[in-house]
Amino acid sequence: MHRFANPARFMRISQILLPWLSLVTILLLTAGLVLALIVAPPDYQQGESVRIMFVHVPAAWMAMCAYSTLAAASAAALIWRHPLAEIAAEETAPLGAVFTGLCLVSGSLWGEPMWGTWWAWDARMTSVLVLFFLYLGYMALLNAFDDPTRGRRAAAILALVGFVNVPIIKFSVDWWNTLHQPASVLRLGGPAIDPSILAPLLVMALAFTLLFVTLLVVRMRAALMERKIRALDAAAGGALG
Amino acid sequence: MGFSTWIRMGGYALFVWPAYGIAAAALGLLAAGTIRRYRMAQRRLAQLTVPRRGEDA
Amino acid sequence: MVSFKALLLRDLRLAFRQGGDGALAVIFFVLAALLFPFGLGPEPEALARDAVGIVWVMALLASLLALDRLFQGDWEDGSLDLIALSPLPLELAVLAKALGHWLVSGLPLLIAAPIVAAMLQFDPAGLPRLVLALALGTPTLSLLGAVGAALTLGARRAAVLVSLLVLPLEIPILIFGVAAADPAATGDGSTQIMLLGALMALALPLCPWAAAAALRQALD
Repeated sequence: MHRFANPARFMRISQILLPWLSLVTILLLTAGLVLALIVAPPDYQQGESVRIMFVHVPAAWMAMCAYSTLAAASAAALIWRHPLAEIAAEETAPLGAVFTGLCLVSGSLWGEPMWGTWWAWDARMTSVLVLFFLYLGYMALLNAFDDPTRGRRAAAILALVGFVNVPIIKFSVDWWNTLHQPASVLRLGGPAIDPSILAPLLVMALAFTLLFVTLLVVRMRAALMERKIRALDAAAGGALG
Repeated sequence: MGFSTWIRMGGYALFVWPAYGIAAAALGLLAAGTIRRYRMAQRRLAQLTVPRRGEDA
Repeated sequence: MVSFKALLLRDLRLAFRQGGDGALAVIFFVLAALLFPFGLGPEPEALARDAVGIVWVMALLASLLALDRLFQGDWEDGSLDLIALSPLPLELAVLAKALGHWLVSGLPLLIAAPIVAAMLQFDPAGLPRLVLALALGTPTLSLLGAVGAALTLGARRAAVLVSLLVLPLEIPILIFGVAAADPAATGDGSTQIMLLGALMALALPLCPWAAAAALRQALD
């Protein structure tokens, strides 16, 4: 049984943590929505449309965090062949894809009132679109092989190759002076946003992060159970054969 | 601030509410799908690990 | 004895004997580009404005044509195992393959592109910059393509999958390439040319390394 040792520890710890993670996630989401939709004041220039930022920016941050998680897990999977790392990588990808899609859609809805365009080929938007396709490519590659191990290894390499995109997304607004505004939160010298806007933003970001972590933990637990199920099914089939 | 004023979002309702709506729908479906998969796995695993009667040890 | 030169020459000989994936790529490139006057209408100004974009999109698509077979033949008949076991580093072998791919599908593109651009009413004064941009961009396309081909070796529907993996990564090359030669752009495009060069410089070491890692996974 010791081949399940580490995953077993994960299952034990996650079983204890999961109720708390879920609770905190729900509380943060509720608080974040109240702050974002009711408490936060309208912007001097953008009016109420600034509220879209409280969905768009946290989604963007999560899209990049998720990919970083994906890349880190993939590296661990390739270097140490750790089963938990493999599962973490596989289960992160769909979450990251959803956040990236959300970032693109909400950005589009924000861009139209703010800049007068649904889309522009500026550096940041293009690289986020590339990020979205990287997620899709990762998931496609994962399932493209008859041998699942080969699929996981190939996808892990793709995840690492694509990681160059993440710093490009972050710094593109500094390198190229195009449509997106330069960094206003995560920069040297501290955030450049008013606290009344910063607070809802950070709460929503935290809420999204907790949501990501909770869903990832649940998915990893499900994946580990599914592996056990497959093993038991196979054993039962052999015994009856 | 009255409710109807709030819903109108200063004229940007057509942008703000779809943004939040799509976010809620996407994340909600993601969560629902995840929970469903988890429950199904739990159930199946419970079935497989309950000792069956009438079988040789 | 597997050496860089031997591998390269063998690939080129195979390509020419089979008459050609390369020739096919160029023919596809020219034909497809010529569809645009029919689709967009023959007005010179409209065509000229789009000519650079059309040439570059076609270049991207043409470079995809032979990719899924880049390693497949060698993998199926066992030559890839021999190459991996030989003293030649697998990274250099990948470089040889990518170079072969470029010589057969990228270089002919460089020759065909000015002709196609001229047929699309592109201003001849901008042709040198277009060719320079293509010369710097197409090798990177081959290098990225090699990574995609290595990753999808043995996959189901590898041809489609390679496109899904490689095209998004090639979008920056497309953007810089078009900007470099765009007649309507302010500036002489030299920044974009330098960026294309920088991308190629980055791709030259990184892509063979990634592709070799992927090939080793496939051979395991």
